[in-house]
Amino acid sequence: MKTQVLIIGGGVTGTGLARDLAMRGVHCIVVEKRDINAGASGGNHGLLHSGARYVGSDPEAAVECREEGRLLKQLAPHCIENTGGLFIAVKGDDPRYIADFPGMCERCGIPCRRLDPVEARELEPELSENVIAAYQVEDATVDPFKLSLDNMAHAQRLGAVLLRDTRVTAFERQGSRIRTVRLIDTRTGRAISIEADQIVNASGAWAGNVAALAGATIKMVYSKGSMLVTQNRVTGRVINRLRQASDADIIVPGGTVSILGTTSVRVESPDVIYPEIDEVDRIIDDSAAVVPSLATTRYIRAYCGVRPLVRPECEADDRCASRGFTLRKHENAGLENFVSITGGKLTTYRLMAEKTADIVCRRLGVSEPCRTRTDPLPSSVDAKWTEPGLAPSLWMKKGNPNDILLCDCEMVPQSTVDSIVDSIQKQNGPAALTAIGLRSRIGKGPCQGTFCSQRVAAYLYDRRTLNAGQGIGELRGFLRERWRGQRPLLWDTSLIQSELQEAMHCGLFGLDLPSSLPTEKDR
Amino acid sequence: MNSTPEIQSELMVIGSGLTGMAAALFAANRNISTTLVGRPAEINFASGLLDLMAVHPVKRSQVWRDPWAAIAAMCRDNPNHPYARLNPDDISLAIEEFTCFLAGEGLRYRWRARQNVEVITPIGTTKPTYCVPDTMWNGVEALEGRRRGLLIDFHGLKGFSARQIAESLRHRIPGLRTIRITFPDSRAEVYPEAVARSLENPSTLKRLSREIQPHTGKARWVGLPAILGIHRSADVCGRLEAMLGLPVTEIPTMPPAITGIRLREAFEQGLPQLGVQTFLQHQIVETPETDGSGFRFLIGGDDNVTPVATRGAVLATGRFFGRGLRADRSMIHETVFDLPVCQPETRRQWHRKDFFDPRGHNISRAGLETDDRFRPVNQDGRPIYPTLHAAGSILAHQDWIRMKCGAGLAIATAFGAVNAYLKANPRS
Repeated sequence: MKTQVLIIGGGVTGTGLARDLAMRGVHCIVVEKRDINAGASGGNHGLLHSGARYVGSDPEAAVECREEGRLLKQLAPHCIENTGGLFIAVKGDDPRYIADFPGMCERCGIPCRRLDPVEARELEPELSENVIAAYQVEDATVDPFKLSLDNMAHAQRLGAVLLRDTRVTAFERQGSRIRTVRLIDTRTGRAISIEADQIVNASGAWAGNVAALAGATIKMVYSKGSMLVTQNRVTGRVINRLRQASDADIIVPGGTVSILGTTSVRVESPDVIYPEIDEVDRIIDDSAAVVPSLATTRYIRAYCGVRPLVRPECEADDRCASRGFTLRKHENAGLENFVSITGGKLTTYRLMAEKTADIVCRRLGVSEPCRTRTDPLPSSVDAKWTEPGLAPSLWMKKGNPNDILLCDCEMVPQSTVDSIVDSIQKQNGPAALTAIGLRSRIGKGPCQGTFCSQRVAAYLYDRRTLNAGQGIGELRGFLRERWRGQRPLLWDTSLIQSELQEAMHCGLFGLDLPSSLPTEKDR
Repeated sequence: MNSTPEIQSELMVIGSGLTGMAAALFAANRNISTTLVGRPAEINFASGLLDLMAVHPVKRSQVWRDPWAAIAAMCRDNPNHPYARLNPDDISLAIEEFTCFLAGEGLRYRWRARQNVEVITPIGTTKPTYCVPDTMWNGVEALEGRRRGLLIDFHGLKGFSARQIAESLRHRIPGLRTIRITFPDSRAEVYPEAVARSLENPSTLKRLSREIQPHTGKARWVGLPAILGIHRSADVCGRLEAMLGLPVTEIPTMPPAITGIRLREAFEQGLPQLGVQTFLQHQIVETPETDGSGFRFLIGGDDNVTPVATRGAVLATGRFFGRGLRADRSMIHETVFDLPVCQPETRRQWHRKDFFDPRGHNISRAGLETDDRFRPVNQDGRPIYPTLHAAGSILAHQDWIRMKCGAGLAIATAFGAVNAYLKANPRS
């Protein structure tokens, strides 16, 4: 395969870059070792920052957030819920930070309006009686999956190619240029090679590993952040704790749920990470200081992501490391067609893509200007089904009794699975259960896949999407993935649910036992 | 809320899952006046298969052909397992008595004396188990004989795909064919209970057989989801076999399932006939009182409470799904008497990071510790109440899901608990 630009990493930066380049008429291939947003792009709050959170720690990042947040609200409104946000201090919080906050916002040009605590509690009745200060800001929420899927879909319409489950294994250099990139299809084991004029390393937390394959060095620090999802949405707006950025100080609504977080735990590797019980307990206790009902509400799942931070300023707290982004050309490693884009935030992904595309285009001799700053992001079918409530409302509107609901919790019918499978198959990859889960609400409700996993698997067999013994591996993989998020939150109702899940999938289906699986030959 | 006059009964059985139903049955068969309380919920999820013991040690996923040998090995390695408080003859007698009752209610079982068999699951794996409903036995033999067969599924029956089963079993039984039948008349969602009831109507069954007939070809057996009737499943299966001229087998469906309803209804009908006073719309509403010689329970339904005074009790409330245990963020509690629960020190140890970790989850082995008479004990190993017994999955030191011993554990410990009560309180 040949292309002008090979992009490594299918997160929000990689897919955003693909769109940016495609709109400038540049051909590109995105390779992703797992699936869209498998790393930090999927492991975050989905908070579109007004910038106010960083006024104290990183004013430069705060200004970038302010500008990009406003742009995205205009250009990708279908991915965003313009909730507005509050900064809330409760008894015991640092009075100096509270007093300095409006001034710091003003210096960054970030609007913030002082509210009386009573007024704040009228806006958000779940807030604690201990609120001592409140400010209103322009925070919003964004669906990161929709964002990346839409960026990718638009790029594909303009000729870009996406290869999922495809991992880089080696770069072949000829002098100062990488000529060929060797890759492997992680599902089939098939080797692939791609010749590209320019290569962009947008692999997030894996940027150091990818750079190392090219003989370049990026010193990375892996900071894990965990988040919790509640069963019901607890606030209308984004709630930030009014204090120096710290653990468990953000509560972000996301459709029908709320997302709490986060933590900052140094990890050795970004590959195998779990939200841990201590983190989860800390988040609940801290968040309950602001919204007391969070102490007793039902939690559906936890998840985590690794912040790919570069060069921390102080060892003790990785939050000191800049959240701004870094573009490296690796010229000191003797490379002239390899760029790494690291760091940054979900809110500033477009800007990161733009700056990267500028360098790549300059090197390619392409003079087309960036258009993502002015052209709205088109909404795509691929990304349609991540939105809670959409599948059920269309299902009810059509009223087709033959279109059976496969997921009862989130009301996802067969027709939605059909639509997703079709769009995945256009993305050169298998329509696995986990991939369908990523692109829909399936498995995200209170049953966490107990029932819908097998219902969808059965349906995929009926459609001939699954064959031979594939379903067994699919079910195991899907339930394993869900379990990572269930495990730290298993008490009360969730524990009851998980016991049923184990009784069904291990007790009856025997998925815990090694089965004599049909081999490839049987297919 | 109305209060009704106090009921006097000798034994209270708390819980209406397999364990509670079994305990009430054993007590009634021994002329103990018995009251059963609890809303049946868990039993609706039963597959109808009666596991005895198939996997030991769990961490090596070793599947045993002979369940009795598995029990013996497990009791040697894990003398705290509830089975270790019973002798194999008693376990065997318990199963005999239990299945004999079910046969009387129209649910016949088959098994081989010293052998686990394999049953086809709705996802196309096979599961080792012991006693199998008569209506599923042909499937056991077809699997063993690798006989070519025809699998049927229905339009609109979620989570049951004949093609999934055939494809997944291709390496075990070659040449499985599948057809999908539109039943009764539409492609819309099919509700298993409605279909099961309608198939008890001979003319509906005849229509089904006519749909299947043209497709049988060289098939030597026909498999269908386990929705062939509720009260008369053996009858429905038998008539379908006669019409098709082929052995028919039921394949379990995803829970909640008809197989569970069959069990529930068998007990709901059979127990009162044996003299058991059942309160299946009631539950215990406050912590029972005790004066050393017995208990006083307050049980509540939708709009009334009833006091029940008994001499003894069997706690058969199950685990978390059955609501016998409840966990908050830091601890596991027993819900009726607040009995001490043997459990890991902190929540961090409850579950493994991998859902399918071959060792199983530690929380699964939490539960009540008892003496040899199945009486819950305190930290010193002394019984907490002289006439309170516990049975079934609430007991500690077992992992019924991974060991595949759920039904056996329920039935055998219910048998042990009732007999222990009887021995200490002999009939005059």
